[in-house]
Amino acid sequence: MRIASLFKTFLIGIVLGVGIAAGTLYALPVVDQQREASIVAVAPNGGTLESFHINIPMDRVMTGTRAEGNPVPPGLEWPAGPAFSNVRTEMFKIRNARDSVVGVGVRTAARHGDENVIDWLLHLPARGSLFVSMEPAPRDGGVRIGTVVSGTREFAELRGSLGERWVAIDSDEEDAPIGRIELRTSYVGQPEPLPAEGDTQ
Amino acid sequence: MKHIVALLLGIIAGAVLFALAVIYNPLTGDGRLSPLSVTDAEIISLSFSVVPSESIVYTNDGESMQPPHPAKVTQLWEAPVRQTSGMVAVMHNARGEPAGVGVKLSSRSEKTRLFNGDAIVDSVWYIYLADQGGMFIGQTENYWGFLTDVAFPAGRSGANTWRGTWMGDVTAGPGVLGTAFATGTSGRLKGLEMEAVESLSVQAFSSEAGFVSAEGRLTVALPEASAAELVDQQ
Repeated sequence: MRIASLFKTFLIGIVLGVGIAAGTLYALPVVDQQREASIVAVAPNGGTLESFHINIPMDRVMTGTRAEGNPVPPGLEWPAGPAFSNVRTEMFKIRNARDSVVGVGVRTAARHGDENVIDWLLHLPARGSLFVSMEPAPRDGGVRIGTVVSGTREFAELRGSLGERWVAIDSDEEDAPIGRIELRTSYVGQPEPLPAEGDTQ
Repeated sequence: MKHIVALLLGIIAGAVLFALAVIYNPLTGDGRLSPLSVTDAEIISLSFSVVPSESIVYTNDGESMQPPHPAKVTQLWEAPVRQTSGMVAVMHNARGEPAGVGVKLSSRSEKTRLFNGDAIVDSVWYIYLADQGGMFIGQTENYWGFLTDVAFPAGRSGANTWRGTWMGDVTAGPGVLGTAFATGTSGRLKGLEMEAVESLSVQAFSSEAGFVSAEGRLTVALPEASAAELVDQQ
């Protein structure tokens, strides 16, 4: 009789265990990305503006090129061969206007025939990614402008532009960056298709 | 007292039973066929090693299973990027020749629901191919099949390793047919909107060091009209 009673308690425990495990797995997030508040301004002519920057050299993750010089990171072996001779790939950490790291960026510069190719990939883990194709030549003031060609998640429905420029920093402070790459994005939402005439009535 | 012990043992047994049911739930298996495997469109087929030591650069938070490569690469330790990894790899064409360079950034996704068999990773690629041009790829990946077939068995084995042959598509979206989207930026790919699927082929995996022998493959389908136009131009 006592064994039967204990077995009944054990069975109740199994049901409880399944319920607790299912509830825990369902309710608790397996992945929780750390979010920094977006610092976005409204542009005078519509759309929104957001600024990022990269402190050089501390935010540089890699520089891949056939050019001479110290590789970053030390020990990097850029492959030989024609497929890699006219390509320069760089990876950086990206910071927001509060100087907090919020993502990772990849800049690729290549020579494709007569065409100069410069592309940016900005990846913000909690928000999504921006794909930007840059103009080959910088404009006045050293600013190079690019077009947002597509994006993922938060940026999937946005288009706009990105400006990049190099700003040198003259500082006596130890460990101060020698300069920074400023990235200024301008987002514009894609126009919603107008409803059919019959739908509006 | 005996009833409390029986209840606790029951709760533990129930939790274990539930975990086994989740892992071996046949309803969460992914047996679909990649839509790009039956397409008539022109295909760009690229392969790359997913073993960190065989990549040009691999970085993460420095505390994850797979070690960064080279050892002195800057790690992504800050909280907003701690669940992100970056890989730069040589991309080989269908003939196995080096064709260009590919950069992949992957982040664990908050859409992950182990209850439903969704182990989601948000990832993006930038690929530059010397003879084709550049392209971006955006995708969500589901590694549930890999976890249940390879990673969990590796963890259970005495040597913490798994050896065999596992192949599967990891791309799960955002396309309605489970495909990634690709956007060409330069060369002959400039302006093209394409679909892509990434797959994984694993021969050896360690639950302590990650991939030991494994290869990734990207299949990119050009839009059929554009492929025909390209042929006409040549």
